[in-house]
Amino acid sequence: MVKKLVKGNIALCEGALAAGLDAYFGYPITPQNEVPAYMSNKMVTLGKVFVQAESELAAANMVLGACATGKRAMTSSSSPGISLKQEAISYMAGMEIPSIIVNVQRGGPGLGNIAGSQADYFQAVKGGGHGDYHLIVFAPNCAQEMYEVTYEAFDIAEKYKNPVMILSDGIVGQMMEPVDFNKEQKTSFSKKDWCLDGCKDREPRSIKSLLMGDGALEQHNLDLQKKYEVIKANEVKAELYQVEDAEIIIVAYGISSRISKNAIKSARTKGIKAGMIRPITLWPFPTEIIKKYSKPPVKFLTVELSLGQMIEDVRLAVNGVSSVDFLGKAGGGIVSDKDVLNKIMELKK
Amino acid sequence: MNTYNEIIIAGLGGQGVLLAGTILAQSALEQNLKTTWFPSYGAEMRGGTANSTVIISDEEIGSPIAFSPSGLIALNALSLNKFLPRMIEGSSIVANSSLINPNEFKSDKNINFIPISEIADKEIGNIKAANMVAIGALIKILQVPSLDNVLKALQIAFAKKPTLIEVNIKAVNAGYNYK
Repeated sequence: MVKKLVKGNIALCEGALAAGLDAYFGYPITPQNEVPAYMSNKMVTLGKVFVQAESELAAANMVLGACATGKRAMTSSSSPGISLKQEAISYMAGMEIPSIIVNVQRGGPGLGNIAGSQADYFQAVKGGGHGDYHLIVFAPNCAQEMYEVTYEAFDIAEKYKNPVMILSDGIVGQMMEPVDFNKEQKTSFSKKDWCLDGCKDREPRSIKSLLMGDGALEQHNLDLQKKYEVIKANEVKAELYQVEDAEIIIVAYGISSRISKNAIKSARTKGIKAGMIRPITLWPFPTEIIKKYSKPPVKFLTVELSLGQMIEDVRLAVNGVSSVDFLGKAGGGIVSDKDVLNKIMELKK
Repeated sequence: MNTYNEIIIAGLGGQGVLLAGTILAQSALEQNLKTTWFPSYGAEMRGGTANSTVIISDEEIGSPIAFSPSGLIALNALSLNKFLPRMIEGSSIVANSSLINPNEFKSDKNINFIPISEIADKEIGNIKAANMVAIGALIKILQVPSLDNVLKALQIAFAKKPTLIEVNIKAVNAGYNYK
């Protein structure tokens, strides 16, 4: 198969299209604009639904509605826009709507700037909206993975009836790389016995998040937790890079993992045994994998384009058995491979 | 031949530095090398300098951002000023002497001053092809990607606008064969 040179954002679109996307709802914001721009052409050409909504709120609620009918729908935005979608995201988690939400992160807080960032980890993984819920969160680190992860995301969302977030960043979204579009176009889909597709010849169904009956909401939450436990047991994905003999293990995702890999290669040429655990799913988090490699004298180093968010989950996984250090930058700043290497050498001392 | 190169292509917004970068990346792909392309995006494109970064390697590429750039095309003085200090020792540097006065740049780095805009305007008859003249000049020094693969990349990039293929091939050749 001939590889095509495309932006991460375009690779993501192709992944969604190959997965059988029925409807895309969006609103412009840098650095994810390629997604609505590309979809505005592709979806219309394919005779599917494209709506540039009047706001991010509207787009997120349109996805809710479309997915409730059993169709495959997606919305995308960047950090400030994702904040606006949180109400609908919480509703979708409660209503068990299998939607896809893409965040191509930029610097925050507030309107921030347009540089790539990883400061929305807490928002993606720890809630964002209200209530006891989890999104399944993927963190692709290259254009190929933007394609593949998005392709898989729809099946996983439907399997668990749970919203999936693809947490990318401005750099992975904007960069071009050769991509092998190797997935088959999906044409057959699992039957959905819950969706609202017209109740002719059957009992009417309802999907809601308002559960006022005595104990109903509590029971619903307990059921959700049971589901989350199954997801945790089955859906953790991580890449392990030279960890077997590593004395220093970096934990990094998305763009930080690529910068870190450069540093690990340099460290190895200097005789320092460094390696990396790269979470591909941020929720469920590769807690058990990190735990397995936590033993003195192994030291952990978390690298993020934030001032320290994922590090909390790394610390929980390590549980005090090994040391956990941090390197990061805020506000769209970039950690260089030399910064990472210097930190590795500092830890080696 | 060094197979790992971080190349910055910089100029004014409108000089085609983003497109030039994609051509370079496509050429690397044609040569079965690993490559990444990363643009400057957003506000700085309007009026100021724009740039794209292309990394070419025979091994998996980590960061798409140039921390140790070894190749530079500077189409205007602002860009040369901005990126020259970042270039590593032994870098391949092409600067557009049509818009940059060489006497204003005293550097111990070896800068290849070439009248890129003039060649595009007078020899090729299209000032917009300056970016391709510059690509030709740069790959002459870098020797990667090969001229053949750059020409192949042009066929792919302009497949939907075939009338532009010939002028761009001419421009790359003019840069490659300068002097």
